[in-house]
Amino acid sequence: MKFFQLFSRPQSAPAARERLQVLLAHERASAGDSDLVAKLRDEILRAISKHMQIDDDKVSVKMERGAKVSTLAVDIEIPFDAGKKAA
Amino acid sequence: MGKVVVVTSGKGGVGKTTSSAALGAALAQSGDKVVVVDFDVGLRNLDLVMGAERRVVYDLVNVIQGEAKLAQALIRDKRLETLYLLAASQTRDKDNLTPEGVEKVIAALKKTFDWVICDSPAGIERGATLAMRHADVAIVVTNPEVSSVRDSDRIIGLLDSKTLKAENGERMEKHLLLTRYDPARAERGDMLKVDDVLEILSIPLLGIIPESMDVLRASNVGSPVTLADGRSAPAVAYFNAARRLKGEDLPVTIPGEKRGFFGKIFGRKAA
Repeated sequence: MKFFQLFSRPQSAPAARERLQVLLAHERASAGDSDLVAKLRDEILRAISKHMQIDDDKVSVKMERGAKVSTLAVDIEIPFDAGKKAA
Repeated sequence: MGKVVVVTSGKGGVGKTTSSAALGAALAQSGDKVVVVDFDVGLRNLDLVMGAERRVVYDLVNVIQGEAKLAQALIRDKRLETLYLLAASQTRDKDNLTPEGVEKVIAALKKTFDWVICDSPAGIERGATLAMRHADVAIVVTNPEVSSVRDSDRIIGLLDSKTLKAENGERMEKHLLLTRYDPARAERGDMLKVDDVLEILSIPLLGIIPESMDVLRASNVGSPVTLADGRSAPAVAYFNAARRLKGEDLPVTIPGEKRGFFGKIFGRKAA
């Protein structure tokens, strides 16, 4: 690090570079319809909807795309009588 | 047979039209016969940047619709005998560009010109896909900025899938033209560096055009920057890019890097 940089704002270009690399890795993968995380999300929701009516307000799907690891969190409130309603 | 070059980017405002005009003029200045075709139907601007806005009688859509002969629609540059312009229509809708019509016009232009430069509109719709459709070579214009790099990546994907070359299983030749580059900001770490953009997009570099007042000054007077001031930094960068496009093996220098002792002291003012 250069002397003057100790007193100046942190550099922004490395952040731009990193964000682009992660984003484009995912966009290139999904161009061929092979976006695993999106596929998993859709299939999980489809599987659940077979057994209960999914209330959009009661479902939260969170995706975090990372360079090495992505996470998918599906959080669904299942009411006590959910099974009966679907049947 | 001439070469068909598409100048494209996805994102608007990065310098497609400026670069089409400057590269077209630079190639014509080297003696080649060049036509620059504006594909931005409805929002034409190439005529204005090249200083021919008052001489447009017929345009690309007129030729495609059979309302004018190609020779009637070609506008010869007043300064350069070998430089021609084919304007886009300002009043018609972009749906007037038909794939068959564009194919015919490009085929005819290829027979008489060494270079057919297609100035693509922004976006990824009809105008942009038709501009790239018949290209032999693509120039991807990119600013060192996140949204421009992302859109360029998308355009590269389209060049590799939606062009005639790609559909015939051939490899589309692609070059990166990095525009509005500010070496001082890149050095401070507040702008993506050349190597960052090259690593992310991984296509060969055609040239680096420095951010410069000369570009605006040239468009103000309706002249490609290589004609307005041939010795200015962006003009030199465009001349070199044109030489590389012609196949010359010319190393790319990053503008402003060769600053000497005085340049370092007065660097900001000099730039």
